This record gives sequence, C-alpha cells and structure tokens, in this order.
Amino acid sequence: MSKVFVHALYDDDDKLRAGAIEVKALGYAIKEVFSPFPVHGLDKIIGLKRTRISICCFIYGVTGFSLALWMISYMLVYDWPIDIGGKPNYTIYHNLPSWIPILFESTVFCSAHGMALTFLLRCWLFPGVSPKNPDPRTTDDHFLMVTTAYNEEELSNLMKVANATGAVEVKKVIA
Amino acid sequence: MSQYTLSSKTRNTTFVLMGIGVLALAYGAMNHDVSGTRFWANILLEGLFFTFIAVGAAFFMALQYVAQAGWSVVIKRICEALSTFLPYGIATIFIVIIASVIGGHNDSADIVYKWMQKSITVPGSPAYDEMLVKRSPYLNVPFLLIRTIICAGLWIYMVRLLRKRSIESDLTSDFLPLHYKNIKTAGVFIVFFGITEQMMAWDWVMSIDYDWHSTLFGWYLFDDMWLTGVIATVLLTLHVRSKGLLKEVNQNHMHNLGLWMFSLSVLWGYLWFFQFMFYWYTNIPDEVVYFQARIDHYRWAFWVMFCINLLVPLIIMMTRDTKRNNKYLIGVGCLLLITHWMDAYIWVMPGTLGVTPSFGFYEIGVLLGFIGLFLNIVLTNLSRVPVLVKNHPYLEESIHHHL
Repeated sequence: MSKVFVHALYDDDDKLRAGAIEVKALGYAIKEVFSPFPVHGLDKIIGLKRTRISICCFIYGVTGFSLALWMISYMLVYDWPIDIGGKPNYTIYHNLPSWIPILFESTVFCSAHGMALTFLLRCWLFPGVSPKNPDPRTTDDHFLMVTTAYNEEELSNLMKVANATGAVEVKKVIA
Repeated sequence: MSQYTLSSKTRNTTFVLMGIGVLALAYGAMNHDVSGTRFWANILLEGLFFTFIAVGAAFFMALQYVAQAGWSVVIKRICEALSTFLPYGIATIFIVIIASVIGGHNDSADIVYKWMQKSITVPGSPAYDEMLVKRSPYLNVPFLLIRTIICAGLWIYMVRLLRKRSIESDLTSDFLPLHYKNIKTAGVFIVFFGITEQMMAWDWVMSIDYDWHSTLFGWYLFDDMWLTGVIATVLLTLHVRSKGLLKEVNQNHMHNLGLWMFSLSVLWGYLWFFQFMFYWYTNIPDEVVYFQARIDHYRWAFWVMFCINLLVPLIIMMTRDTKRNNKYLIGVGCLLLITHWMDAYIWVMPGTLGVTPSFGFYEIGVLLGFIGLFLNIVLTNLSRVPVLVKNHPYLEESIHHHL
C-alpha cells in the first residue's frame, strides 16, 4: 500500500484539539490542520516550530532605517543642503532630530510590508494560485486534520482515533 | 481565602522611613538654605510622583473594567491597594498649592508656583509679566483652586467607589449588579479623567514654568502616570507572590504586564521626543527657554533620564523571554521608577530653583519619607482585604489565562 492521507473533519475546536492530542500521543505526525480561525494552543500540540517572522521583521526594519537614512542624508546633506529655520545642516548629526519621524515611518513601512509579503509568499498565497484547502467547509465552521498513513495498520489506527474523538467525517485520500 | 499580612518588620521599616522624612522636613524648615522654595518644591515633587502612581494604577484598573478584560482579575486587588494612596497624594499637592497661595498673597517670590505672586500682574512692579496677564483668565488662584478641588475630589470619589464595590461584591452572592455598576463608574472615570488630567497636568506641573506651554504636555504626563502605575503593580504583585500568596498569578499575567511596561515606555519616548523636537525645530525664543534651562543646567539628569526611559525597556523588554522573567521585570521596573522620578525632578526643579540644581540630604530624606508613607498606606490597605477577588464574572478566565 502506498501513502494515504486521512482527512478527519471536526465541527468543534475542542474536539479537534482532543483528536490532535490523541494522534500525537500514538506517535503519528500531523501533516496539516485547516481551520477558519486560530485555535488557541494548537501550534504547541501539533509541534509547530516558533515562527521566524519576527527575525524577518527586524531585518526589514533595519533595511528601512538604513534606506531612509541614506536617502535623506544624500538629499539634505551631500547633494543640496537646505537652510531650514537656520539649523546647522552640514552634518548628519546636526540634522538627526528632525529626521527621526521619517526614519521611524520608513522603518515601520518596510518591516510591515516586508512581513506581510513574506507571509504571503511563504504560504504561497497570491492571485492565480489554486487553493490547497481540501474542503471549503473549513473556511466556515469546520476543522480538518490531515494525517499520513504508510500502511494498513496505521490507516486503521488513525481512522479509529478520528472516529473516537468525535470527527463528523473521516475520509481516506490517496496521495 | 488568603490574606496579605503586613509583617511588623516591614511596618517598622516604613515607620523608620517616615521618621527620616519628618527629620528631613524639620531640617529643611529650620535650615536657611532649604526653607522656602526648595522646601516646598521637594514636597510637591514627591506628591506628584506618588499621586501619579496611585492614579495610574486606578486608571489601569478602570480600563480593565471598561474593556471587560478577563486576564487582569487576579491583579485587581493590587491596583486597588495602590489607588488608596490617591487622597494622601492629592492632599500633599494641595498643601503645596495652599502654601504658594499664601506666599503669593504676601507677595513673596519664594514660592513654588511663581505666577501666584501678587505683584506679578501689577503693571510697573519689578515682577510684572505681561504674558501672564493675558493668561490670567485661565491661570488665576480661585479658578485653580476650584478646578483642583472639583477634579481631584471626583477622582478620589470614583476611585474609592470602585474599590468599595469590589470589596462589597466579595461578601454577597449577588455580585453581578455591583460589577455592572463598576463598569459604568469606570467608564465615567476614564472619560472624566482623560479630560481633567490634562488640566491638572497644566495646573500642577506646567504652570511651574508659567511662561511656557505645550499641548503635548498633558498626554506626556498621562502616559507617565499610566506607566508608573503599571510598574508599581508589577512590583507589588511580585512582592505579594514572594510571600507565597496569589499563586493564581502566573508568568502569563506577568507577560501581559510586561507588554504594558514595554509599550507605555515606547509611547513615553514618542511623546517626550516629539514635544522636544517641535520646540527644537521651531526654535522660538520664548518657547525654547524651557528646554534651554534643562539642557544647560540639568544636563546630566535630562539626557540620562531620557535615554534610560526609552532605550532600556525598548531593548531589554522586547523579547518574550524577558517579559516572562521576574528578575528582568524587577530590575527594569525599579530602574524605570528611579528614572521616572528623575523625570519628575526635571518637571519641578528648573522652574522653581532656577539654574542651581540641588540634591542633598533634604531631597533624599523627603523621598525616603514619602516612600515610607506610600508603602505604609498601600500595604496596610492591601492587608485589610483578601488579595484575590472572590466573586467576579471573569475570575475563572483570569486564572486560566494563557499566552
């Protein structure tokens, strides 16, 4: 027998959580869970690693800060110094307080957009992509847990667990 | 039901601190270097600092009612205990105002609120200030007293009402009507406090430098109150937990409080910097005097205070792990209280004492005295009621709070 996916559909997030705990307790890996909303604590149960998007956020923020500092210091110090209100304007150091809003905004802009784009790219979500969601009901009020079985024994075990924890529908899907 | 007991050792420590404060006041009243402006300015400084902690904690608690927040129920009694200092703090500020009113009536320039000097609005007198005459429809003694009495009185009334109902609800099984009443009172308090706090910030603090004004000042002080209130809540919660009580508070609650510390510190830095930057940028002579006095003569306290208040929480409190670690919370919390006290020092002193900063036995003694008074009142009130609320609709949710 080749690889088979077990799709267990739940109508309640508590039942889903109980089912996921049971599957992990038997030593099987959970391939994916589709849910209409974030289920509290589920990431820990199915063993997701902590997200690295905060590291990306820092890198994008530093990029935005550097780009803004480069741009504004080139424009206002090196290329065309402008006398605004008699402020000394021939060094970055003297101009810096008035640039803080721009540096701040640019940092926030780059980190926010960078994070959003990274998230969409990582999840492969952009126009023209066919949906990966196996069941449209998981966008409404159902939760779908996908597990993988490599032989008959595993298949029967996984289906038994899914039925025992109150799944409303259990399907096997040939990979 | 667990109850905090104020050990005789702690009580005696607070009495010793209060004794040092009384000694310092006596020394200050008799010593010619101190008596007069410096004597009252320090009392005002401590009054402001501790009132702001109390009212900040009260505001934080009212916010939890209105937001119907579940997680914070386990620390409600801590905020309530901190808010009990409010009447004493307001009374301290009021005494200083009255002393200034009397001094000003006798035409003395040796007062905290210099604008109260009688001859300052009389044309031709040496102290005459034309700008102040234009401001006198708002900034005059009777109106200031009326404002202070009405606003601060209603703050005290509403904050005490919130605590009284909360304690009452422990004794009855029919506690939901009390809770809904508290939500309404908290809503009224938040709106009223949001408006009147601005006026009190102008009256109590900004009017010390009466020739200078800033529309951001009220917001800046508002954030300072909120932040010091949250820090005091963190420290008092950890103190109560170290006594083996309040086991219901876990690292998830401390994480939430750490988030408040972090975000309010960043907001504080934002408001402080933008207030500074506007005056730096426009560079109008009669507006920059405020910062000129501070940068020229209080340079050390000014920059150290700003850098620590903004950068230490920004860098240290940013990660999840430090917010869940009590050692970091205590360390950063204590440091921030010290630097926010320095901030309060910089509000009061340049406008009252001018170009000669003073920091000696008198300043330290008065500070220690007020620390003793604050701890004594807060801990005594904390020990009178159970540290955990018994009847609250969100108590169960709060105990199971998980981040």
